[in-house]
Amino acid sequence: MSNDNLSVISLVSIGEHPTSRRPRRAEQDARAIELGLKLVGNNLQTLHAGQVSDDPRQQTALRSYLGMGLAEINLLEMPEQADAILVLAEHLKQQNSDIILTGVRAESGESSGMLPYLLAEQLGMAMVTSVTDILSVDEVNKQAEVLQALPRGQRRKLKVDLPFVASVDMAAALPRQSAFGPAMRGQFEATLGGIFADQESPLWQTTDAKKRPKRLKIVKAKTAADRFKAATAKASGGGGKVVHGVEESAQAILDLLVEEGLV
Amino acid sequence: MSSSEFLSQFLFTLISAALLLTLIGAVKRVLLWSQGQSSTVHWRGLLQIPRRYLVDLHHVVARDKYMSNTHVATAGGFVLSAILIVLLYVFQLQLQLLTWALLGSSLLMFVGSIFVMIRRRNPPPNLSLGKWQRLPKSLMVFSLSFFILTLPATGILPSDTGGWLLALLLVIGIIWGIGEMFFGMTWGGPMKHAFAGALHLGLHRRQDRFGDGQSTGLKAIDLTANKLGVEKPVDFKWNQLLSFDACVECGRCENNCPAFAAGQPLNPKKLIQDMVIGMAGGDDAKFAGSPYPGIKVGTHKGGAIIPIVNILVESETLWSCTTCRACVEACPMMIEHVDAIVDMRRFETLEKGQTPGKGNEILENLSATDNPNGYAPNTRMNWAADQNLTVFGHNADKQEVTQADVLLWIGDAAFDMRNQRTLRAIIKLLRAANVDFAVLGDAECDSGDLARRLGDEANFQRLANSNIETMNQYNFNTIVTADPHAFHCLKNEYGELGGNYNVLHHTGFFAELVNQQKLKLDNSKELALTYHDPCYLGRYNGEYDAPRFLLESMGVKIKEMQRSKSTARCCGGGGGAPVTDIPGEQRIPDMRMADVTETKAEIVAVACPQCNLMLEGVVEPRPEVKDIAELMLDALIESTGEGVVADQVGGGS
Ligand code: SF4
Ligand code: SF4
Repeated sequence: MSNDNLSVISLVSIGEHPTSRRPRRAEQDARAIELGLKLVGNNLQTLHAGQVSDDPRQQTALRSYLGMGLAEINLLEMPEQADAILVLAEHLKQQNSDIILTGVRAESGESSGMLPYLLAEQLGMAMVTSVTDILSVDEVNKQAEVLQALPRGQRRKLKVDLPFVASVDMAAALPRQSAFGPAMRGQFEATLGGIFADQESPLWQTTDAKKRPKRLKIVKAKTAADRFKAATAKASGGGGKVVHGVEESAQAILDLLVEEGLV
Repeated sequence: MSSSEFLSQFLFTLISAALLLTLIGAVKRVLLWSQGQSSTVHWRGLLQIPRRYLVDLHHVVARDKYMSNTHVATAGGFVLSAILIVLLYVFQLQLQLLTWALLGSSLLMFVGSIFVMIRRRNPPPNLSLGKWQRLPKSLMVFSLSFFILTLPATGILPSDTGGWLLALLLVIGIIWGIGEMFFGMTWGGPMKHAFAGALHLGLHRRQDRFGDGQSTGLKAIDLTANKLGVEKPVDFKWNQLLSFDACVECGRCENNCPAFAAGQPLNPKKLIQDMVIGMAGGDDAKFAGSPYPGIKVGTHKGGAIIPIVNILVESETLWSCTTCRACVEACPMMIEHVDAIVDMRRFETLEKGQTPGKGNEILENLSATDNPNGYAPNTRMNWAADQNLTVFGHNADKQEVTQADVLLWIGDAAFDMRNQRTLRAIIKLLRAANVDFAVLGDAECDSGDLARRLGDEANFQRLANSNIETMNQYNFNTIVTADPHAFHCLKNEYGELGGNYNVLHHTGFFAELVNQQKLKLDNSKELALTYHDPCYLGRYNGEYDAPRFLLESMGVKIKEMQRSKSTARCCGGGGGAPVTDIPGEQRIPDMRMADVTETKAEIVAVACPQCNLMLEGVVEPRPEVKDIAELMLDALIESTGEGVVADQVGGGS
């Protein structure tokens, strides 16, 4: 596929590892870059809204996108409390991009998943969610064919008019490995973003999310070897069944509640 | 002019010309090596060449008695003859003594060459054919020609014996012999190994290896360099290029390589020959040894400034290696295959981001969580929730300590249920012997072994620096660990980054405790048992005795496997091989388990968590796999040490 005249911008953020909470290359953003590279190769532009942090770990995280083979990442410098969407929108309005790629949801910060929607709204572009692939772009008719992820591994093929914003799903192709050398040598091109203070978030109240209770697996093993086997054995399925009819369903639920000692 | 006068004049011209050509060839060869990157020149090593040849090299060659005697006769005879020939025919010293000496040395060489010939009549597959099959004939022709030539000069035969016919035959023989032995030495003939080999012994990149020394740690690279790792032959250090030229294609490395035996596309001998092809330019069509399993010879080519991977050598070849060092240990020329392989892997990982298999995932996990499987770093100590371990730290409320006699290095076994059993056994044993020990707890990171061997030097250095920084906050005398990979890193590889410690493997540490009677073992065990030497304990660190001593202290008579100690076959678990998972015809652990079964042992004792996993991964029925610490715990007589022990074991602190 040669899309030499296509302008594709991929937005990247600093991710956060779910268990260690360390900054890292965000998984969906990395997939967006992978998709962009497949589409336009070295013509892919990459944009990050924010400063290069003094924290070496934040920097390493951002650089790991460069390690995928990008020559540079454009930085749109803005203070931390600024409203990234407005800053990005103002910048992107001048870019005439055909396709803007983002992740579905950031791994850190507000992580609301609203960015692609609000951005599309600001820019007056179409918005496609949970894209796994962009199959083809017809530059003459200004139309693209994209594959969208639906639950349970289903896919839907859509035709979208250019320009559009697409959020890239976890089901998209795995991102290539980030190599240390290119990551260290890649460049940041900084431009100053507009000043747009975030009006809303200071008014919000935040509390930590609560962990959902999880049923403990009871293992009746006596020896360490047995415990080991129980822990590593594949859970044998077959517990679930499909019940039709109101009576039967109610009965099945009741049975379960009795079994669990809840009624 | 008589035929003898003609011969002596002819020889003067011929040998002088041959020496000149040899010299030109030598300069060309040196220029080839000098394309490499700079590296310390160990000039003084050059003086050590004779010693290193006679002691260190022959120490390896002598594992094959037949070959070592043959080589002494042939090489000794040749070196002596060559010197005498130059003195007699170039400098024309007319000393009778020299003539007699030449008679003797050429005879010695001739005898040697007969044995070379016999060996090559039915050459085993690890020997190269082609030009190497010609060599014994050349040796014979050379030695015989000079022997006959010298006979008249000693007065045994009248001069001009045989007349012009013999003179003609001698001329042909001498041209052949000198061509192979002098000219061929620097123009890429089989005798190249003598020229390059001698210099390589002197200028070896790891000078510490000689005189029974050891040098097995990988060398760090500067991460700010413009290119990380080796992409093209010229990216090797010059002395690595020299080392490749020293290879005699004896195939001992091939014989010992587990990946080759398993049918994975790696043959260390061919790899070294490919490096020579890369350095000098050309293709591999003339290679006359065993191919990389599954890859046809003659399909690859290279050059000094042509990238190696996937042009000269397939990437699968590099990633098949378990870094077991069996090749290095077996190589009489002391070539460092593992260094070369890791150097090329570094480029693949650090510059191209092409670590195969699960490499990418594992390396990302190491970056994000300091352990290869991505477990939360703050769950590292979960396995020991019931162990009441003393942890190093500065929080007095949590009873953390800043000082202990022993730092027990846990390693990633912390996340593995099988190896947690070994850890528990070790802790019980340490307590039984009343050892004052503490652990780093959640602050411990993976040692970096896996990352480094997967070529990710950046990750290695980060992990190592983090561990060094943590450990430098505390006082301890010894680090003890059950993981030979961590043991090797801490002992041999952290030093370059500023971490110098006294490190012991648990078997070494326990052997000392048993010696001092601080641990008493029931020595009535009658177990049908064999012991598998972990590569990183044995070949990397020379520890073969402590594990055996411990097993014998339990009364076990070890049923040694045929390949044990320095020639032990790898379990397949090192060097990230399980991560890259390059397919072959068989699995290495299955082959090792077959070695075990051959001894009729019912238990195979191991001393490494990785070996444990690899060997337990072999389908049953198979012998049981147990760490030496587990066996020791079974044999422990608990009542030592006047009641203190009971306290420690029972109550904790
Ligand atoms: S280190 Fe082991 S696996 Fe690697 S080439 Fe040498 S013998 Fe083969
Ligand atoms: S590398 Fe060493 S062991 Fe292997 S063939 Fe060459 S000389 Fe022999």
